[in-house]
Amino acid sequence: MSERDPDAPKDLKQRYKTAKQKMPEQEALERIRNFHEVPLGFPTEVAPTEAYRCIWCKDPTCVGGCPVGIDIPAFVHLVEKGDFLGAIRKIKETNVLPAICGRVCPQEDQCEKVCKIGQKKGMGPVSIGRLERFLADWERSQGLVEIPECAPPTGKKVAVVGSGPAGLTCACDLARRGHCVTILEALHKPGGVLVYGIPEFRLPKSIVQAEVEVLRRMGVEIRCNFVVGLTATVDDLLKEYDAVFLGVGAGLPYFMDIPGENLCGIYSANEYLTRVNLMRAYDFPDADTPSARSRKVAVVGGGNVAMDSARTALRLGADEVSLIYRRSKVELPARHEEVERAEEEGVVFRLLENPVRYVGDDDGRVTAVECLKMELGEPDASGRRRPVPVKGSEHLIEVDTVVVAIGNGPNPLVTRVTPEIETRKGGNIVAKETDGRTSKRGVFAGGDIVTGAATVILAMGAGRSAAASIHEYLQTGTW
Amino acid sequence: MGTSTTEGRSPSCADLPATSGGFTIVEKQELAPKVTRYVVRAPDVARTRRAGQFVIVRVRDGGERIPLTIADADAAKGTITLVVQEVGKTTAWMASLEQGEALADVVGPLGRPTHIEKWGTVVCIGGGIGIAPSHPIVQAMRAAGNRVVAILGARTKDLLIMEDEMRRAADEVLVCTDDGSYGRKALVTGVLETFVAEHGKPDLVVAIGPPIMMKFVCKTTAPHSIPTVVSLNPVMVDGTGMCGGCRVTVGGKTKFVCVDGPEFDGHSVDFDEMMRRSRFYAAQEKESFDRWRKARGEDGGGP
Ligand SMILES: Cc1cc2nc3c(=O)[nH]c(=O)nc-3n(C[C@H](O)[C@H](O)[C@H](O)COP(=O)(O)OP(=O)(O)OC[C@H]3O[C@@H](n4cnc5c(N)ncnc54)[C@H](O)[C@@H]3O)c2cc1C
Ligand SMILES: Cc1cc2nc3c(=O)[nH]c(=O)nc-3n(C[C@H](O)[C@H](O)[C@H](O)COP(=O)(O)OP(=O)(O)OC[C@H]3O[C@@H](n4cnc5c(N)ncnc54)[C@H](O)[C@@H]3O)c2cc1C
Ligand code: SF4
Ligand code: SF4
Ligand code: FES
Repeated sequence: MSERDPDAPKDLKQRYKTAKQKMPEQEALERIRNFHEVPLGFPTEVAPTEAYRCIWCKDPTCVGGCPVGIDIPAFVHLVEKGDFLGAIRKIKETNVLPAICGRVCPQEDQCEKVCKIGQKKGMGPVSIGRLERFLADWERSQGLVEIPECAPPTGKKVAVVGSGPAGLTCACDLARRGHCVTILEALHKPGGVLVYGIPEFRLPKSIVQAEVEVLRRMGVEIRCNFVVGLTATVDDLLKEYDAVFLGVGAGLPYFMDIPGENLCGIYSANEYLTRVNLMRAYDFPDADTPSARSRKVAVVGGGNVAMDSARTALRLGADEVSLIYRRSKVELPARHEEVERAEEEGVVFRLLENPVRYVGDDDGRVTAVECLKMELGEPDASGRRRPVPVKGSEHLIEVDTVVVAIGNGPNPLVTRVTPEIETRKGGNIVAKETDGRTSKRGVFAGGDIVTGAATVILAMGAGRSAAASIHEYLQTGTW
Repeated sequence: MGTSTTEGRSPSCADLPATSGGFTIVEKQELAPKVTRYVVRAPDVARTRRAGQFVIVRVRDGGERIPLTIADADAAKGTITLVVQEVGKTTAWMASLEQGEALADVVGPLGRPTHIEKWGTVVCIGGGIGIAPSHPIVQAMRAAGNRVVAILGARTKDLLIMEDEMRRAADEVLVCTDDGSYGRKALVTGVLETFVAEHGKPDLVVAIGPPIMMKFVCKTTAPHSIPTVVSLNPVMVDGTGMCGGCRVTVGGKTKFVCVDGPEFDGHSVDFDEMMRRSRFYAAQEKESFDRWRKARGEDGGGP
């Protein structure tokens, strides 16, 4: 923080008067006909104006709101001065994937939630995430992305399993420290949820590709089509590598276990999104993988995954997309921004409803979902009011496609053949929060496989702290 | 892992190639009309695969991921054998590749291996293309000390594959064709009935073939209470348990075939549901195949 200008600026009034800058985006009617990114990013001349809204707090609360503790004021001040290169380098000291976090971090619950001017009546917080995104895009478009320097080779080898944000970050930090890193990925493309789950219109795949390219140029080997637990076990890996990091994510889709759930036309969100994102079903028949041609789609759930599925269904040409969620609007766990966009695009929110069974035709295709109306009762363990079904409120909603987006659990492929790795009841791996050590010597874990489905930035943070502790383990050999 | 040592890569990481790749077709042979045997370089898979497991293949970028059973493997040579029937675009596209060309992706071995133990007498039924995946199971069951009887069924003589291999692997081979052009004129279920009538109940039946065949094998064995294992083939995407597209109902419970199977107790499987799910994309599959054939100057209409 020492590089930050110590004195509070004298033009506070002027700063307060500066309006929060708008980020241009594609119009709703236009964007539902394409898969291009919705928000277009700050224009170059707008970014410093937005940065000017920062009041240079003596005690900048924003930093505490960022799970990886980016020195937010420092980079914002550099943007204000027009030193974009300095600003992006500042961010990259702590966050190696700013183009991604600037887009998908739930900023309104993190850094921007605690930004001081956001606390003032009628004032929005500094658009920290949007500035971060702006800088990362600017750096890339100017061809200024630097390949991080790597320390001289240590001769130690580490296998990083999974190429989501946890694995990518861990690999990057280990390579910087001079270790030889191999990423092993089950799918044919690296990126984890960033490529198979989060849609193109929220996170263009070219951005993930560019980040992966940086890793390759740092000398990280990326081997796709390698399923740890089947192609090789963790014990096999430990014969060849000095340490193993498990960043295998939460990739096991939950279903509700209600009658008719295996009818044709009912998908898990993972399948629906994988077909469209990873396999490019939106490009069928130019790409080979099909997805349902739907008219009426219902998405069950209320998180980011549900919003992504609903908005994807619209873009694939569905006439009507509704979202069925058992609580009320305030409890929707998705990012506010995404809920708003989904509404603008025409997604119908069926709040306080819950599916109880599916109805199908003679070909076994889903034709309707039967729902119950819900009321909110007493708060449950999560502090949210518990939804209670209203007796006799059964009603049918006509559908031809359903996407179940009620959450994901840990995939047991690795742990079922590695019993020495301790897991919790639901199957998540037990790892020390501070350093990612598991109960098996030489094996570390982090990201969704440890925390359960969480966020990109938390997975990155876990990858980073695991890298630090792997480094220490490789140096000292103590467990 | 494996590849780095078998290929003598240096342990310093900078000079490693970026991806594993290199799934070259080292051998290609037509076994019957529209049925091709491929020997593909996939050392990691060859090293660890066991009977009953499969791989997922992508022919080229933009292509679909399709599951194919590992019919054989040679760990020393680092190759696996696939026997594939052309039924649509992806399988026909694969057949258009020449020896020496490479597949974009091969991942595996996926699924749980066949449960091999000494049962006594095991009847392995292979129908059509299902003969290929039965072969490693026959070998493994025999190696475990079972008496293995193989029943091979095909629509017609030309479509019968791997008879010689099966004769080498099994204690006894019974052949039937739908049209009687070779072996007995019967369905595999008829041959099975006769076998049971003449020799008594086998201790286990393993059936691999079209879903409809497996369904009727189970209908045949159920009244005799003969334990029956089937290998299911629903539509898959990832093959690692991530998507749930391959789910089937077994004993009233939902199972993911790619990780819980592909083999299940046939008497508990809801075959009708699985067959309906398999047909779900029929219109798009046809569109895709027709378009591909047209682009190659073949008749797009097709049967
Ligand atoms: C549709 C969707 C939208 C989301 N939106 C947001 C958002 O807006 N903001 C946000 O912060 N978070 C969001 N999330 C959550 C976020 O993406 C995850 O928390 C994050 O990706 C977890 O990172 P990870 O590295 O732990 O795992 P993942 O990203 O899940 O990556 C794990 C990787 O490991 C691979 N793998 C698994 N098993 C094996 C194995 N046995 N061998 C080899 N490889 C294996 C997988 O194929 C995968 O590539 C979203 C999630 C989804 C599904
Ligand atoms: C575990 C398993 C093992 C298999 N082993 C073999 C084998 O050893 N040899 C062999 O010839 N075939 C095997 N199959 C079937 C093979 O996967 C399909 O024939 C192939 O996917 C057809 O693709 P296509 O594009 O050529 O045809 P399409 O025209 O796309 O489809 C024809 C039919 O194949 C099935 N199918 C289509 N896409 C998929 C998919 N992604 N996954 C699964 N099935 C699909 C559908 O039932 C469809 O109606 C296996 C399937 C499974 C699930
Ligand atoms: S990484 Fe996320 S939380 Fe941290 S500053 Fe950036 S947008 Fe905010
Ligand atoms: S809390 Fe807000 S206003 Fe204060 S330093 Fe951080 S970004 Fe600037
Ligand atoms: S193919 Fe996706 S879970 Fe089985």
